[in-house]
Amino acid sequence: MPAYKAPVKETLFLLNDVFNIEQYRSLRGFEDLSPDLLSAIFEEAGKLAGEVLQPINLSGDQQGCKRLPDGSITTPDGFIAAYNTLKDGGWVGLSADEAHGGQGLPATLTILINEYFASANLAFGMYAGLSQGAYAALNVHASDDVKSKFMEKLASGEWTGTMNLTEPHCGTDLGLLRTKAVRADDGSYNISGTKIFISAGDHDLAENIVHLVLARIEGAPEGTKGVSLFVVPKRKVDADGNAAETNGVTCGSLEEKMGIHGNATCVMNFDDANGWLIGEENRGLKAMFVMMNEARMGVAVQGLSVSEAAYQNAVTYARDRLQGRSLTGPKFPDKIADPIIVHPDIRRTLMSIRSFNEAARALIVWTALKSDEAHRTPDSDARQKASDHLSLLTPVLKGVLTDRGFDNTVAAQQVYGGHGYISEWGMEQFVRDARIPMIYEGANGIQALDLVGRKLPADGGRALQAFLGEIGMFIQAHATDEDMQPFVLPLKTAAEDLQAATMWFMQNALGNPDHAGAGSTDYMHMFGLVSLGYMWARMAHVCLQQKSEGKGDVAFHDDKLLLGTFFAERHLPETAFRRVRVENGSESMMKMAADRF
Amino acid sequence: MKILVPVKRVIDFNVKVRVKSDGSGVELANVKMSMNPFDEISIEEAIRLKESGKATEIVVVSIGPQQAQETLRTGLAMGADRGILIKTDQTIEPLAVAKILKAVVEEEKPELVILGKQAIDDDCNQTGQMLSAMLGWSQGTFASNIDVGEGTLDVTREVDGGLETVQIKLPAIVTTDLRLNEPRYASLPNIMKAKRKPIDVKLAEDFGVDLTPRLTVLGTVEPPVRKAGVIVNSVKELVSKLRDEAGVL
Repeated sequence: MPAYKAPVKETLFLLNDVFNIEQYRSLRGFEDLSPDLLSAIFEEAGKLAGEVLQPINLSGDQQGCKRLPDGSITTPDGFIAAYNTLKDGGWVGLSADEAHGGQGLPATLTILINEYFASANLAFGMYAGLSQGAYAALNVHASDDVKSKFMEKLASGEWTGTMNLTEPHCGTDLGLLRTKAVRADDGSYNISGTKIFISAGDHDLAENIVHLVLARIEGAPEGTKGVSLFVVPKRKVDADGNAAETNGVTCGSLEEKMGIHGNATCVMNFDDANGWLIGEENRGLKAMFVMMNEARMGVAVQGLSVSEAAYQNAVTYARDRLQGRSLTGPKFPDKIADPIIVHPDIRRTLMSIRSFNEAARALIVWTALKSDEAHRTPDSDARQKASDHLSLLTPVLKGVLTDRGFDNTVAAQQVYGGHGYISEWGMEQFVRDARIPMIYEGANGIQALDLVGRKLPADGGRALQAFLGEIGMFIQAHATDEDMQPFVLPLKTAAEDLQAATMWFMQNALGNPDHAGAGSTDYMHMFGLVSLGYMWARMAHVCLQQKSEGKGDVAFHDDKLLLGTFFAERHLPETAFRRVRVENGSESMMKMAADRF
Repeated sequence: MKILVPVKRVIDFNVKVRVKSDGSGVELANVKMSMNPFDEISIEEAIRLKESGKATEIVVVSIGPQQAQETLRTGLAMGADRGILIKTDQTIEPLAVAKILKAVVEEEKPELVILGKQAIDDDCNQTGQMLSAMLGWSQGTFASNIDVGEGTLDVTREVDGGLETVQIKLPAIVTTDLRLNEPRYASLPNIMKAKRKPIDVKLAEDFGVDLTPRLTVLGTVEPPVRKAGVIVNSVKELVSKLRDEAGVL
């Protein structure tokens, strides 16, 4: 059975040493975050992940959720007890406002703790993760009256949240949606329609479920301009704020699916279900995007999470599995064979995953802190910069971390040989589970289009210029620093590839948008590689500095420098061929007639 | 009833312990440290007594370096009310610990002291018993169950070959065994609150206790590596090897 140990030391190194969380102390929620307190919080969260959530991951996958004859949904054995542990421990409302009973801590902490939870049990982690997303959307857009009904219950975890967007005929193109809302006399709305693929749509972990539902008000315009957002509880809320009678919200069936079997993915039927408008009429997508953006970051983290869990287990196996001898002669002559970790190809696999994971975690920390800054700083200039960064990096994180996260689970599975294909080792579950983050919250192809079509040109390319500017300045600042050469030189080359590809889009894609579409996925991955390369340069710099000051853990620093070097040698060169792909444009793929495919 | 719970900062139980290259002890630099697991059980028991209305205040105390404050915070996050850090950077053996704790008991006047039966670093299993003797208090060691009576405690002890229940008079010393309870996870609000709970800092030297170690460490070595086995061809060969080489027959 697989195991998982939360990488608390890594998290703390990034927060304290690389990104200096101390500098945000004046922001709301950051005041108390001393290194000691951060350590206490992450240690405890890590314990919960490893001791409570991980042990029910494999069994949860094998058992799955069930729909009983009466239409109710049950989660796998152990999920209720684990959820109660999480809820009673106050972890759901970590970043919720204190006024709603939360702890008011930065979203960065929630995001990083969710990494642990999703590593330990992706299917389980989503229940609370969706509540946090629903909370955020309601907090920004809901009226005080609506807030008073839901916020405390969501923050405490007593009730959970969902997002209802997809319908059978409409996914990415939400303008097509048919679910309708009819205004009632008391100003509320009655919602009718069918939604599919609804994660955590119904289950037995909470007494009520708060659905955020996109629907069209009767008489509203066609297309996205007529879409509004509603909050619709599974059970009505009585005058005392408690869950009361049913509300015409039922789970029609559970989707049979490839992975995340412990999460109930539901077809949801709304039959005159009573709900309230969130935000303005016909501006539902805007309100929903708060939750979507939050969710995209959360999904990006899931890519890293499963990759990390798969890595840890692959290392254990590579150390234990005795098979054959090292190419350069036996390394463990007293054993019947050498462990397979002596082989360069196994090491290449493991280092490839780990050097990706550590930089990915850094990119998450960096961007998550920007997200908090964007929401909490009073300085409008800093707010704009942080917000630009967040908006630019969100599709990159989502697309790149989940694409590579999945690749990494396959690579880790490969280390196991035939055992990787056998269920009880748990590696095939990682592969199946890691597949969905590439798809939901906007398939990765859509993320690439979002990056190239929306984020690059936004505000005259301001966000991209700031991003490349920062990297350029870092490279320049360390241009003569000998120890930094292995990190900044390859980064410089990669950044030049990215700039050249951007230039190519500007010169060619404006006239023919298919060129942008054809190169968008490669471009997104180039963007990811440059970002991750920059993260390695930043981490290497801190390690070298601490080493020269005789501070910290030498072995930790040395490992990091090796991993950073490996990343520069093995991952970064990929920008060159992706650049060529971008520059080759769209002609060959667009020329062939659709009926000839 | 006030309860005093002494806690020790030790190498985390998950860490693979390594011997220092000069053999003077085990490597502690950059090694993850945590609260001694038996002490977590002690705190959990104290909290349960408080939750059931049988105790009023829980004080955690630790003797060790400045970082032992983190261990105290862990106890406060679980639910203890306040902490006392008695600072020292030298190695303190159980006798000195017991002497300092005696002074703390005389000052704090708890009715019950709950200690872990032993610390997982040195496995001494002495402090509770020594403290009991010095104070002249009753002791219930290796507890796997505690029932509070009127001025008494019924302590079920894990002894060789079974369980033994003793009734002891309060004030008393109890040392905890593994099966007494399962320590809770600290809740997030309690972790946050722990930051604001008071920790008194004192110096070990100020207790007027002779802290000098009575033991001298001659050397520290890794356990010997197990040698590869030999496959024998027959029972006869096995028996002769057992008799002639191993000398066990």
